[in-house]
Amino acid sequence: MTAFSFDAVAAILLIPPLAAALMAALPNYKVTARLNVVASLLTLLAALSLFVTDRPQPGQYLLVDDLNIVFIVLNTFVGFTTSIFSATYIAHELETGRLTAPNLRFYHAMYQIMMFGMNLAFVSNNIGLMWVAVELATLTTVLMVGIYRTHEALEAAWKYFILGSVGIALALFGTILVYMAAQPVVGEGTNAMVWTVLIEQAARFDPALLNVAFVFLLLGYGTKVGLAPLHAWLPDAHAEGPTPISAVLSGLLLNVALYAVLRFKMLLAASPQAIAPGPLMIAMGLTSLIFAAFMLYRRRDIKRLFAYSSIEHMGIIVFAFGMGGPLANFAGLLHMVMHSLTKSAIFFAVGHIAQVKGTQKIDDIKGLTETHPGLGWALVIGVVAIAGLPPLGIFMSEFLIVSSTFARQPLLAIPLVFGLLLAFGALLLRLTGVAFGEPRGSTAPVEASYVPMYSHLALVFAAGIYLPAPLVAWFQHVATILG
Amino acid sequence: MNGLTFDIAHLLAGGLVLVSFMMLYQDRLFALINVFALHAVVLALSVAWQAYVQDAHHLYVTAAIALVFKAIVIPVGLHRIIQRLGIHRDIETAVGIGPTMLAGIGLVTLSMVLMLRVTPDADPLAREDLAFALSIILLGLLVMVTRRNAVSQVVGFMSLENGLVLAATGAKGMPLVVEISVAFSILIAFIVIGVFLFRIRERFDSVDVGALDDYRGERR
Repeated sequence: MTAFSFDAVAAILLIPPLAAALMAALPNYKVTARLNVVASLLTLLAALSLFVTDRPQPGQYLLVDDLNIVFIVLNTFVGFTTSIFSATYIAHELETGRLTAPNLRFYHAMYQIMMFGMNLAFVSNNIGLMWVAVELATLTTVLMVGIYRTHEALEAAWKYFILGSVGIALALFGTILVYMAAQPVVGEGTNAMVWTVLIEQAARFDPALLNVAFVFLLLGYGTKVGLAPLHAWLPDAHAEGPTPISAVLSGLLLNVALYAVLRFKMLLAASPQAIAPGPLMIAMGLTSLIFAAFMLYRRRDIKRLFAYSSIEHMGIIVFAFGMGGPLANFAGLLHMVMHSLTKSAIFFAVGHIAQVKGTQKIDDIKGLTETHPGLGWALVIGVVAIAGLPPLGIFMSEFLIVSSTFARQPLLAIPLVFGLLLAFGALLLRLTGVAFGEPRGSTAPVEASYVPMYSHLALVFAAGIYLPAPLVAWFQHVATILG
Repeated sequence: MNGLTFDIAHLLAGGLVLVSFMMLYQDRLFALINVFALHAVVLALSVAWQAYVQDAHHLYVTAAIALVFKAIVIPVGLHRIIQRLGIHRDIETAVGIGPTMLAGIGLVTLSMVLMLRVTPDADPLAREDLAFALSIILLGLLVMVTRRNAVSQVVGFMSLENGLVLAATGAKGMPLVVEISVAFSILIAFIVIGVFLFRIRERFDSVDVGALDDYRGERR
């Protein structure tokens, strides 16, 4: 049994790079697109097998626990559905000549390397290794954002690269400081970077050093989460890259950085004399939420609109984890899962819409439910979900966050609810224009892959109505670990 | 640790901060790159000295990487790029030299006050290295925000990474995996940047990042 479960982790880490090497070698894009789907499916199956097999003992580099299984399964699932969407999307891009066949070889190889980087970040038990993995995922997405080689795409990739690098540099400095804090207690060498060792000994670390380290880590990884005021790269990177990449950026990469923040938050919480990490996270979360909610009103580009909505939701999630406690952590975790599913579904729909209309300008897209009912209604359901209307999943998680805030810090609930309502208004305002009214733009039929977006939306809908008891128990357990 | 070894380590780390300051007021690209090469040489010396003091032989590798890649290969490559692009004239600094230097002094003070205060119990050498490293990181950030030219932003970023290497070597017994990764990421970063610069040139005949700013999607 143990040997088999080792294989599960190994499979998660080995399938993507092997597939990447294979796809870089194969010239035919139709084959590589299918291979991409197959590789993503295999990774998902390997991730699911983590539930049923015994877990490996935490080693110096790798770790599987209740917390990161949630992230890994979510990551590989959205990675799989996105690969299906991506196959249809790029076929269209190839027809219109925006991408060429050599581009696609590169694109598919990078897609799998990015999945590898994200999975490695989740399973790493070593804070140095985690940093390397996050850096790897960042660099691959930079290359993919710039893949169209247009003026705007290059600007976006450059900005993303510079800001992402600065963030990642600050995170490394924070990592070094954590090592410095651990070294007198744990001793020199690799052990002082192993997370499971650190968390056991954290109470004896120098609290002042740990505090400074956390500030650097929060700023560094927070840049990658897209927290205001460090979010400047996010809307550009989402708007100018290929839409499958926007979907994985919003749905997955932001979660990777968030996961890193959570790990270090747990470390700080284990040290009683260190500052409480909550207030810092609450402040950054609320700032992001309210800032993004205001910015939503002035968007004219549909992908940018949803990029700002991602900033808003990451703000809500960081706020919830900052509040801490079983209920708020549970809500934050649920919100994170719901947001990943909903936002990637929205980007799937938006990708096809932008392709058929030939534009991303909101003013030039109207009456979608009449001309393209499949896409139009997917967008309507997605936006209704992301705006937080019942009975969908995000309503439930937002309700839990708001009610737990009211119960514990009523004053904080005021800006929270204000931000939520503001964003709600902006999203519905934009939605009515895009989905209803006199059709504008091309009405040509579209070859879209409906399965990924509707399966995501169905999951979100189901979660809003009924959460299975084992899932609730699992999330409750993780919420108590998170402290 | 005896006085002399400590003093030499101190001198070299302090020298790095000084060279970072020299970067702040260079207004020509070639001069800036030469100063960066000097920065990398001082870093290599500093890391090699740490390797000798701590008796940690793997750090010599890090020193060699700093010397070969950052002091020789990258500056030579950047010289070529600049010549090919024909942009070896003035750097457009976004902020004047006087305010920049004052800001630099402020940042160094900040990092000294912060790092020396939170690490009273740490090994004195590691403690000073951390404080100097944070100064170098902040000065590197300052170079990045005060320049609009893509090449000089890259140089600022690389000097920032030098600060990280100094911090990593100062932390005694830090596993090799991190040092390699730092060196490796610099290499990757250089490739990425090289590719970018080439394409930026190809498309718009300018590497002034300011020139890319006209597109914002929302502001027209």
